Amino acid sequence: MDLLSNKWIVNLLVCCLFIGVGCNSVEKKIYVHLNYTVPCVRLLNATHQIGCQSHLSGNVGVLHVLESEENVDWVLRSGPNPPYLVILESPLFTRSIMMKLKNGSSRVAGVAVVAPSANPLEGVSPHTTCPNENTGVYTENYDPSLAHCNVTVWNPLGSGLSYEQFDFPIFSLKDDNDTQVIRQCYMDHNRAVNGSTPQYPLCAMQLYSHMSAVTDTATCMRRNDINFSISPEMVCDPLGDYNVWASTRPINNTAKGHKMWESVVIAAARLDSRSFFFEVAPGAESGVSGFVTLLAAAHALRNATQEAPPNRTILYTFFQGETFDYIGSSRMVYDMQNNNFAVDLDNVHSVLEIGQVGLRADSRLWLHSDPVSRKNDSVNAEVRKLIESLQTAAKGLNVSVNEPGFSQPLPPSSFQRFLRARPIPGVVIEDHQSAFTNRFYESMYDNAEYLNISYPPNLTPEEQLVFVTDTAKVATVVARALYIQAGGAESQLEGINADPQIVTRMLYGFLIRSNNSWFQQRIPPDFMSHLSKPTNFYVGVAQQRSELTHLVQYLLANLTGSTNNVASSLQMYSYVWVQGAAPPNSTKREGFCVRSTVRLSKALSPAFDLRDYTSKNYSTWTESRWKSIKGRIFLVASHDLEVVDRVRAARFAKEILITIISVNPDLFKVLFGFSPFLYCVIFLFVHIIGLQSEKAQSPPQRDLPSPTENTVHKLLQTALL
Amino acid sequence: MTAAVFFGCTFIAFGPAISLFLFTIARDPLRVIFLIAGAFFWLVSLLLASLVWFISVQISNKDSATQQKGLLIFGVVLSVLLQETFRFAYYKLLKKANEGLLTLSQEETMPISIRQLAYVSGLGFGFMSGAFSVVNILADSVGPGTVGIHGDSQHYFLSSAFMTLAIILLHMFWGIVFFDACEKQRWWAVAAVVISHLTVSCLTFQNPEYVGSLVPTYVILFLMGVWAFYSAGGSLRNLKLCITCKDRDFLLANHRPR
Repeated sequence: MDLLSNKWIVNLLVCCLFIGVGCNSVEKKIYVHLNYTVPCVRLLNATHQIGCQSHLSGNVGVLHVLESEENVDWVLRSGPNPPYLVILESPLFTRSIMMKLKNGSSRVAGVAVVAPSANPLEGVSPHTTCPNENTGVYTENYDPSLAHCNVTVWNPLGSGLSYEQFDFPIFSLKDDNDTQVIRQCYMDHNRAVNGSTPQYPLCAMQLYSHMSAVTDTATCMRRNDINFSISPEMVCDPLGDYNVWASTRPINNTAKGHKMWESVVIAAARLDSRSFFFEVAPGAESGVSGFVTLLAAAHALRNATQEAPPNRTILYTFFQGETFDYIGSSRMVYDMQNNNFAVDLDNVHSVLEIGQVGLRADSRLWLHSDPVSRKNDSVNAEVRKLIESLQTAAKGLNVSVNEPGFSQPLPPSSFQRFLRARPIPGVVIEDHQSAFTNRFYESMYDNAEYLNISYPPNLTPEEQLVFVTDTAKVATVVARALYIQAGGAESQLEGINADPQIVTRMLYGFLIRSNNSWFQQRIPPDFMSHLSKPTNFYVGVAQQRSELTHLVQYLLANLTGSTNNVASSLQMYSYVWVQGAAPPNSTKREGFCVRSTVRLSKALSPAFDLRDYTSKNYSTWTESRWKSIKGRIFLVASHDLEVVDRVRAARFAKEILITIISVNPDLFKVLFGFSPFLYCVIFLFVHIIGLQSEKAQSPPQRDLPSPTENTVHKLLQTALL
Repeated sequence: MTAAVFFGCTFIAFGPAISLFLFTIARDPLRVIFLIAGAFFWLVSLLLASLVWFISVQISNKDSATQQKGLLIFGVVLSVLLQETFRFAYYKLLKKANEGLLTLSQEETMPISIRQLAYVSGLGFGFMSGAFSVVNILADSVGPGTVGIHGDSQHYFLSSAFMTLAIILLHMFWGIVFFDACEKQRWWAVAAVVISHLTVSCLTFQNPEYVGSLVPTYVILFLMGVWAFYSAGGSLRNLKLCITCKDRDFLLANHRPR
C-alpha cells in the first residue's frame, strides 16, 4: 500500500505540474496575439457617450489595408467579404474617412490605426474646435456674443473625432514587428490582384474592447447602485484625481474657510491632457510646458520669499482634469465656496495662469484677460497692474509680453471657473495671440518632438538629462511677475532667476523618460516602481492615483521646501521622506525629510458629490469599465460553406430517409444511428468541393459571432480540466 | 471556425462509435460497465506513459531539436507498448472476473461471452483514445480562426477528426483480434496487433503530409476489420443472411414486441 500511495502522490503532483507547464499548441497554430494594444474607450457625460465599443465576444473582421480615401468604397460597398477590419496608416486617420466608416458600420468590424514614428507635417487635432465650451465662463448668461467661440475659434484644426461615438473598436498599433506581421498576412492572403476577388482562407483580426457602460452618466451611475449581489458589478467610474497646491507662506490646512488678513495670488497651471486613444496623452505643449514653467518659477521664488517675504501669499495650484470640463478647478472653486478649503474666494486677490507656453515663435508671450469683467473699473485697474508687473518682469530678458490688442474672450483655462464664481482680476499667459499655435492640441503627436526637444544622437540617458535647452526665460518672467504682484520690492527682482538646469531636467523627465536619476533622488522609496511606466497625462478615474500627480507633488516639495528632520506642525506643513542620492562610495541612498507646504486636494467634480448627474454647471465625465482589451489575428476559412452545406445536407438526408423508410423499417433504425456519420460525409464532400471552386457570387451577410460559441468553448475547457 | 467545423469534426470522429454504442451496448448494463472499465484501463496506461515522458523531457536538453524529436518517438512507442500491455492486463482481469461472475450468478451460462467482452473493451479503449486525441482540437475549432497563419495546412481539423475515427475503430478491431488470439494462444496474432498499432502511430509522424498518414491508416483499418470479422466468427454466408434480413437466429434473438 505504501508503494501504491507514493505512486498516486507522484502522479497527482505530475498532473498538477503538467497543467501548469503545458500550453495549448493548437491555439498557437491558429492565433497570433497582439502585444501592444491601445484601445479607444468609452467616456460618458450628462448627455452623450463618446468613444468606441465592441461586441462582448470581440469583433471579427477580414483585414483590409486602406490605401486611399477612394479605397473606402471597397470596404463600404464593393468588397465581397464583409465585415472588414480596416488598417489605417496615420495620414488617413481623418474625420472624413472615419465618418464614412462610421456610417457604414454594418460592414466595418473595427479600425486599427498604425501610429507613425515621426509627427506628420500638417496639424492634426482630434479635439473639438471650441474646448470646454459649455463649462467655461462664456455662457449665454454671461455674454451671449462671446459664447460658443463666436469671436475666436481656439482650435481651428480640431476635427472633433475624440468626441464621436463609434460602434466598432478602434485600436492603435505601433509600427513594429507585430504590425509588419499583420501587413504581411494581408499581402499574402487578402490582396485583390488585378480586380479578382481574394480567395479564402483570408486573414482576419479580432479585437476585444467591450465597454460595460451605455447612454450617459446618469444611466451608468444608476446601474452602479444596483445592489442585487454581494459584489455588485460597477459599470463606470467618475474621472478625477487630486490637485496639487502649495503656498509661499504656510497656511493652516485644518482650519477651512475664510482666513482673516490673508490675501492670496493664485498661480495656476494645468496638469493633464488627452488624445483619441486611452492613456496615450503626451501633452507636451498643451500641459507640460505650463506646469513645468510654474514649477521652475516656484523654485526661483523660494529664496526671495524666504528672505524678503512679500505682503501677499502666492498659492501655486496645479489642476488635474481640466481637459474634461475643468474637473480640478471647478472642484477647488466649489470647495472655496463651501468653506472646505484652506482659503476662500474672498481671500483671492488675483489669478495668474500659465497656459500653453512651449512654442514661443519669436519669444513672444500674450496676456489674455476677460473683457466682460474688465468693464468694472476696479477689476480693470487690477488687471492693468498685473499686466504692468509682467512687463516689468520681462524687461531685460529678451521676451516680449503683450496683450492681444483687441477685445477677445479668455482661451480655455482654469481661470474661467474662478470668474464664474465672482469677477476676480486675472491674466492667462499663452504663446498664441488668438487661435492656438499648437497644431496638435490634445493629440498623440503633441510630444517632445513637437517642442523640438532633441538631443545629439549619441548621448546616454544621463547625458541627455543635463543637456541644457533654452527654456527657462518664461519661468523667470512668471516668477518675477508673481513676486511683484504679491507686493514684493522691485529691487529683489535681479535675484529671481529660474534655473535652466532644472527646467531642462524636468522637461526630460516628463516628456522623454521619467525614470532618471534626478527624479529618483526626489521621490520616496516606494514610489520607485511607478517611475518605470511611461508618463501618461490622462487624468484617469478617481480611484486610481495618477503617477503624474504624485510626481508633481514630490517635485514641488523638493523645489519649494527645506530639509528638516523633525516633523512638528502638521497643520502648517507637510513632510515627505525622499530617498536622495547614493554617495559616490556606496550604493545605499541617503534619504532625508523635506518640509514643505505642498498639499493635495481632491479633484472630483462636484456633480458626483451632489449626485446631480445631468448637471450643466459641473463636469459629469465618467469612464466605462471593461473586462478585457486584446486583439489577435488568424485565418478564416470560407463561411459561405456553413449556410450552403447545412441546406444541402438537410435536403440530402431527407431524401435518403424517405427512401429507407419506404424500403425497410428495420434498416431505417440502423441507419438512423449513422445519420451523424452521414452528416459528416456530406460535410466532407462539400468542404472538398468548396475548396476547389471559385467564389463567384457575393456571400450572404454574415451574422456577427454569437455568445454561444464562447459558452461552448468554456464548457469544453471546464470539461477538459 | 465556429460551430460548423466543430460539429462536423465531432460527428466525423465520434459518429460511428456513438452509433455503435447506442445500438449494441447501451441496452445492456453489463456491457456498459465493461466499456467504461476498458476506458479506464486505457487512461491508466496513458497516465504512466505520460509520467515517463514528462520526466524524460524535464531531464533532457530542451534546446536540441533532434533530441526532442527522438524523445517524442520514444514517447509514442512507449505509449503504444503500454496500451497493449494494459489490454493484456484487462484480458486477464476479465477472465478472472468472468469465473467469479459465473459462481455468483444463478444461471448456467455466462452472462457475457468473451467475444462480446473483446468488442466492448476494444470500443472502450477507442472512446478514451479518441477523446484524448481530438477534444482539445475540437475546443479550438470553435473559435473564429482556422489553422494556417504560420503556414500549416488548412486541413488540420478535418484530418485530425478522420484520424481519430480510424483510431477508434482500429482499437475496436484490435481488441477483438487480441482477445481471440489470447484465447487460442496464438502469440503471433498478438504480435501482429502490436506491430500494426505501432505502425499506425508512427505513420502520424508523416503529418502534415496527411495523405501519407491517413491513406495507409485506412488501409490497415480495412484489413484489421476483415480480420476481426473472421476471428469473431463471421463469414460471407453470415453476411449475406444479415443484409437480406434472413438470419433467423439474429432476428429471433432481437425480437421485440411492437
